[in-house]
Amino acid sequence: MSNPAIRLVGIEKRFGAVHANRSVDLVVENGSIHGIIGENGAGKSTLMSILFGFYEADSGEIIVQGKPIRIRSPADAIAAGIGMVHQHFMLVDTMSVAENVMLGMEGGAFTESGLSKARAEIIRFGAEYGIQVEPDAMVGELSVGLQQRVEIIKALYRGARILILDEPTGVLTPAEAEQLFRALAELRRQGRTILLITHKLKEIMAITDHVSVMRRGAMVAHRKTGETNPQELAELMVGRPVGQPVRAPGITGQDVLLDVRNLKVTDARGVLRVDDVTFAVRAGEILGIAGVSGNGQSELVESLAGMMPRRAGEVFVCGKPVPPEADAGTLRAMGLAHVPEDRQRMGLVTIFPAHESAILGRQDNPDYGTGLFIDQKAAIADTAGKMSRFDVRPPDPLLKTANFSGGNQQKIVIAREVETEPDVLLIAQPTRGVDIGAIAFIHRKILDLKAAGKAILLVSVELDEIFALSDRICVMCGGRLMGMRHTEETDQNEIGLMMAGLEAKPGENAA
Amino acid sequence: MSARPVTLPRWADVYLMPALNVGLAFLASGLVVLAIGESPLEATTLLLRGALGHAEGIGFTLYYTTNFIFTGLAVAVAFHAGLFNIGGEGQAMLGGIGAAIAALMLGSLPGILALPAAILAAALFGAGWAAIPGWLQAKRGSHVVITTIMFNFIASALLVYLLVDVFRPAGMMEPSSRVFGEGGKLPFLHEIAAKLGMKLPKSPLNLSFVLALASAVAVWLLIYRSRLGYAIRTVGANPTAARYAGISPERITILAMAISGALAGMMAVNEILGVQHRLLLAFTAGYGFVGIAVALMGRGHPAGIVFAALLFGVLYQGGTELAFDKPNISRDMIVVIQGLVILFAGALEFMLKPWVAKLLAGGEQA
Repeated sequence: MSNPAIRLVGIEKRFGAVHANRSVDLVVENGSIHGIIGENGAGKSTLMSILFGFYEADSGEIIVQGKPIRIRSPADAIAAGIGMVHQHFMLVDTMSVAENVMLGMEGGAFTESGLSKARAEIIRFGAEYGIQVEPDAMVGELSVGLQQRVEIIKALYRGARILILDEPTGVLTPAEAEQLFRALAELRRQGRTILLITHKLKEIMAITDHVSVMRRGAMVAHRKTGETNPQELAELMVGRPVGQPVRAPGITGQDVLLDVRNLKVTDARGVLRVDDVTFAVRAGEILGIAGVSGNGQSELVESLAGMMPRRAGEVFVCGKPVPPEADAGTLRAMGLAHVPEDRQRMGLVTIFPAHESAILGRQDNPDYGTGLFIDQKAAIADTAGKMSRFDVRPPDPLLKTANFSGGNQQKIVIAREVETEPDVLLIAQPTRGVDIGAIAFIHRKILDLKAAGKAILLVSVELDEIFALSDRICVMCGGRLMGMRHTEETDQNEIGLMMAGLEAKPGENAA
Repeated sequence: MSARPVTLPRWADVYLMPALNVGLAFLASGLVVLAIGESPLEATTLLLRGALGHAEGIGFTLYYTTNFIFTGLAVAVAFHAGLFNIGGEGQAMLGGIGAAIAALMLGSLPGILALPAAILAAALFGAGWAAIPGWLQAKRGSHVVITTIMFNFIASALLVYLLVDVFRPAGMMEPSSRVFGEGGKLPFLHEIAAKLGMKLPKSPLNLSFVLALASAVAVWLLIYRSRLGYAIRTVGANPTAARYAGISPERITILAMAISGALAGMMAVNEILGVQHRLLLAFTAGYGFVGIAVALMGRGHPAGIVFAALLFGVLYQGGTELAFDKPNISRDMIVVIQGLVILFAGALEFMLKPWVAKLLAGGEQA
C-alpha cells in the first residue's frame, strides 16, 4: 500500500481564545479529489493555511508522501509539491498570462528565456488538462474563469502534485464551474491530488471521491462520497437536523410597489454598469435577480437604495417617483429597506457596539430619542428585543459588532431592516458567508415578509437560493436584464445559460 | 487569509496599553538622560517636584494642561471622523486673531459681555480656518494632512501681517497689539481666589482651565451621545456604511473639521485672553502639534485626553525647572520625551499588543 499524499495528525491551532483547529486528523489519498466541507468559521481555511504555510500549527504533524515535514512558509509548501488556488486571485492584472505564471521564478536577470519556457508549459498544460489560455493575453482582460485557470497553471508550473482549491466556484458561472470540474477530473486521472474546500454540497457530491466534514474546529466525519448524501452532510456540518422552508407559490398582492423603468447607472469611472433595466415588483412578490457577481447587480441595488446616482431612467417606490438625487435616508423615508450585499463594508460598523450598528440608517428615528442626542437606553432595549426575536447569539447589545459571527451579524442587519415595516425590501446576497442553520432562518424570515405583502427584490449569486425563494427570476449579465421567467416555468440549466450571456428568445418574457 | 487582529480585553486596551507605552517612552528617555551623564532618578525627582511640588508649580502645570486639552480635543474630534487635522497651530493663530479683534473692540464693556463674545470669536475663527481644508477634502479630495499643514504657514504669515501692519500701535517696536481693556481679560485663578479670601501664589492659570474641562465633557457628549457624533464616528469608521445610512460623508467631513478647528481656536482663549491680554507673535508655541501626541495617548477619548494633557503639562513645567537646575538637560529633553511618547503610543501602538495578548491568554489558561 502506497503512502497517502497528505496525512495530518493532531493539528492544533489557537488564535487567542479561539480554538480554530482541534486535534485535526486528515488522510488524503494520492490521485483523488478530496472535499473538505464545513460552515464558515469551522476551521477549513485555517487548516489549509497551515498546510500552505501561512500559519504554523501549534502542534501536530504534517506528513507529505510519507515524509514528515515542517511547513513554515508558502515556499516550503511549494517545495513539497503543494499548490494553492486562492478564493481571491493573486494575479497582476497588467501583466500577460505568461508573465504571471513566471512571476517569482524568472530564472535570471533577463526574462526572455523564462518567458518562452512559461509559454511552452502553458500550452502543454492547456492541451493535457483542457485548461487552455492564451499565454500572451493580458490577465486583466480575461474572464474570471480564465483567470482561475491561470492560477491553476501557476501552481502546476511550480511543480504542484497536490492542489488546494479554496471555494473555487464562488465567482464562476455554472458553465465555467462545469469546465473547472472537467479539468479537475483530468488532473486526477493523471495522478494529481486535489483538495477542494467548499460549502456547496452539490459540488462535493458531483466531483469528490472522499469528503471530510469540519465543525467548530474539529473533523467530525470522513465519508466516501458514494456512501453519503447531502442531507447527512448538512446535518454533520450543523450538528443538528436542518429543514429548508418551503415557498408558498403565488403572489399575495396586486399593487406594484417597486417600479424601475429604463434605469442606467454609471460607476465613478464613468463605466456603464446598469444598462437600460426595466422591471416591477408587486406586493407579496419576491423577484429574484440571478447572475454571476460583477454583472451590475451591486450597482443596481446601490442605485435603488440611494447610494449611487442614476444616469437615466425612472424609479417609483409605492407609486411615488424617486427624485434622482435622493439619498439613502430619503428612500428609507419613502418605505424602502436595504439589506446590503456586504454587511461589513456597508451594513454595519464593525467597531461599534451592536446597539449602535443596530440603529445604522435609523439613527434619526425618534424611537431612539428626539433632539440632539441618541437615547442609549432606548437603542439598547430595542436591540435586545431584536436579538431575542431573531435569535442573535450572544444576545448582548453592548458586544462589539465585529465579535459576532457572520450569521449573527447578518441577523442584526436583517432584523434592523425588516422591523421598520418597509413596503419595499432590497436584499442582496442575504446568506453570503452565513452558516447553514442561519440560512434556513433567514430564508424563513424573507418568506414571512412576502406573506406580509412586502415587495422584495432578491439579488443572489446562489442559484439554489434564487430558486428556493423567488416567484419570478431575472438574470443580469453585462449590466442588462437577460429576460424574465416564472420560477415554475424554468430550471437551473436555462437560467445558467442566461447567466453566461445567451439572450432569451423573444416573446418568452414573462410579464 | 490575513492574520487575525489581536484583541485585548477592554480594560487592558484602555488602561494597560497606554500605561505600558508611556512607561516605555520614559524608560527610553531615562536612557537618553543616562547617556548625557546625569542620573535619570534625580532628573525625574526634580521634574516631578518642579511640576507638582509647590502651589506655583501646579498653577503653571495646569496652565500648560489647558492648552493641551484644547488642542488634544481638536485632534481627537477630527480623528473620530477619520481625518488627521495637523493644522491646530494655524487654527489656534486664527482663534487668537478672532479673540483679539473681539477683545480690542469690546474691551471697554464689562467682562460678562465682552468675554463670551471674544471666546465665541476665537472658536468661530478657528472653525472657519479648519472648515476650508475640510471643504477641500470633501469636495475636491485634497488631503487634509497636506492642506492643514499649508494652512499653518498661511495663518502664520497672516498673523505677522496683521501684527505688523494693522494691530501694532504707532510707535511700538514689537509686533503686537495694544493691551486689551479690562473687559477683555479672563480673570486669573489667583485673582478669583483672592476675592474669595484664599491666598494662591501668582501663576498664569486662569478661568480657561474650567472652560477646557467643560469642553472635554462637551466633546464626550458630542462624540458618544449625540446624533452628530454618531454620524462622525460612522464616517470615520466606514464611509460606505455612512452613505448606506443616509449620512453624507462630505457634510460630516466639513462639520468635523469645523468643530476641530473651533477647539484648536479656543487654545487662544487661554493664551491671549487669559495670560497675554494682547495679540502677539508665536503664542501658539507648538501646542497645536503636541495636541496630536495628546490625542494619540488619550486614545481619542476626552477623559484620556485630560490625563494625557496633564502629563504633558507636568513635562512642560517640570522640564523648565529641570533645565534650570541641570543646565546639562536642556528643554529639548522634553521634545525628546514627546517624540518618544508619539513613537510608542502612536506609531508602535501594536508592537506590545501581541505580547500582552499572549501573557493575558496564558494567565487565563493557568
